[in-house]
Amino acid sequence: MRDVAVVGFAQRQMPEFDGSPTCVELLVPLFTECYEQTGWSRRDIGFWCSGSSDYLAGRSFSFVSAVDAIGVIPPVNESHVEMDLAWALYEAWIKIQTGEVDTALVYAFGKSSAGVLRRTLALQLEPYTMTPLWPDTVSLAGLQARAGIDAGIWDERAMAEVANRSLTDAEKNEYAVRKGGSSVEELLARPVYADPLRKHDCSPVTDGAAAIVLAADDRAREVRDRPAWIDGLAHYVDPMSMGTRDLTRAPSAARAAAAVDLDGVEIAELHAPFSHQELILRSELGLADDVRINPSGGALTSNPMFSAGGIRIGEAASRIWSGEASKAVAHATSGPALQQNLLCVLEGRN
Amino acid sequence: MSRTLQAPVTVAFDYTRSVGPVLGRFFAGLRDRTLVAGRTSDGRVVLPPPEYDPVTHRQLTDADLVEVADTGTVTSWTWVPEPVKHQPFDRPFAFALVTLDGADAPLLHALDVDSPDHVVTGMRVRVRWAEERSGAITDIECFEPADDLPGGRATPLADREATTGIVTPVSLDYLYAASPEESAFYRGLNEGRILGQRCPSCGKVYVPPRSACPADGTPTAEEVELSQTGTITTFCIVNVPFLGQKITPPYVSAYVLLDGADIAILHLILGVPADQVRMGMRVKAVWKPQEEWTYSLENIDHFEPTGDPDADFDTYKHHL
Repeated sequence: MRDVAVVGFAQRQMPEFDGSPTCVELLVPLFTECYEQTGWSRRDIGFWCSGSSDYLAGRSFSFVSAVDAIGVIPPVNESHVEMDLAWALYEAWIKIQTGEVDTALVYAFGKSSAGVLRRTLALQLEPYTMTPLWPDTVSLAGLQARAGIDAGIWDERAMAEVANRSLTDAEKNEYAVRKGGSSVEELLARPVYADPLRKHDCSPVTDGAAAIVLAADDRAREVRDRPAWIDGLAHYVDPMSMGTRDLTRAPSAARAAAAVDLDGVEIAELHAPFSHQELILRSELGLADDVRINPSGGALTSNPMFSAGGIRIGEAASRIWSGEASKAVAHATSGPALQQNLLCVLEGRN
Repeated sequence: MSRTLQAPVTVAFDYTRSVGPVLGRFFAGLRDRTLVAGRTSDGRVVLPPPEYDPVTHRQLTDADLVEVADTGTVTSWTWVPEPVKHQPFDRPFAFALVTLDGADAPLLHALDVDSPDHVVTGMRVRVRWAEERSGAITDIECFEPADDLPGGRATPLADREATTGIVTPVSLDYLYAASPEESAFYRGLNEGRILGQRCPSCGKVYVPPRSACPADGTPTAEEVELSQTGTITTFCIVNVPFLGQKITPPYVSAYVLLDGADIAILHLILGVPADQVRMGMRVKAVWKPQEEWTYSLENIDHFEPTGDPDADFDTYKHHL
């Protein structure tokens, strides 16, 4: 296996992007930041891969328009996934492993506010017996949260603790769209919205984009003194049906955790768009109590569709580069109620 | 003035899906007010029944199917305070997971109650069947409370022909925004002008304008007003009628390279018999009456020949 590291990262997150859902205007400055961080130009990038969805954009081939932000003369080696940035990164990592390329820039974008996000996401469900009922994202998360409360695995206080810590940490994140912690008591005093969820248990609708640069071996060492080496990458999927799996668990997250080495992880950036989902992930990953969870504030405070998972990888990598951590794990999810789970373990080596 | 022009847009499509033999039995059952479940290799009775066993991957057959009662127990629920379009109710309701009597795994559907105070996990409910049923999950209108009903159990599958497909209408509403450069283009059209953007690094002029130069990725910066005359670079004669066609065939769709632009726009050519349109023909924009102008390329009704001599091939050979 080739050693591959995260060497560049840029992001933008906002409640409402005043621009086209192709997000070209948003991507150009992100690529510029990546070029500045690496000292490269677009011609140094061996492979490009984007993550986005036309269902979110409300138009066809939005990812083709987004390629304008790259510039394609001379032609570029380019691909696309209808998945989060983290999966675009996975494809690029495999591409680098083949030896065909040494560097990659992966990016993702989404204007969630163009439609009704929680409704649009019903189209990712089983199309015969689920989508015709239009079960929205918040309702599916509510069913999952209730299952854990009824089983005594977590309670509303534990959920509020997650929200309060996330909102407090988000104060230091210039991109977070919701921030400002108070106290667990104050959060619990707020009205219940989608019983059993309060609004702070649900991530806000967020527009945004992000880009990550990968490089192999010496190409990575050229860019940074302390690259964030990818020590493990694993992705598993649970059944889609809400009825046949134990909603208080995420077996695919546990399988991903078993496929990588989490010993010594100091920081975990978990893609949990609902507060109780962080509790499930902490348990499935078997994280020790002293692991710092979501120092960025996490997806609970800012969840741009198609980039929020990859942003977890970027946030974790930033803390490796700075020396704040030597080993970190980033997690990305997709599908209803933590159906799909991807783990990326990053390590700094001196 | 807002930075961008925005307009509502609805994207809709009726998805016609074939179903496998097991789901076909399930949907046929619903049409007859009956709930068909499948027995999986782990001994569970599951609803909706899967086509393939989740553990052994063996295809389920009629021998694995049973009928379960239309009464059951709520195993989880959530309140829906602000329903979205096409959900089972347009007023607040609950989504619930209900394990039907005789089944071991719950089914997701709506539960009709007035407030979250009227739902608890463990409550007894029953199916309220839709008046008109077509063999779809919506044949179950919802669940409703049924405190006093005794439990039922699984019974053998009745003989019934499976359905073969469902139709699921999907309709999504958006507020679609043009990019700032596209917005300038449409605002220009509303004033009778055609605006493009020039790439500061390669000098190419794009119309409609792009936010970044597709050749080199540089953000376009300079707005350029283009000529209303241009050259036909290539064209096609439309002879085939199609859905939504606005003009009676034959007519000509052509790429018109406006003078000063580096990319052609697609438009309609009139004022000349279709068989006389040719590459290199010089044409000019013919606008609709000003009172009909809006933020649209349709403000230009069509292009027609200027009568000038044809352009040299060399002047447009790089734009084909």
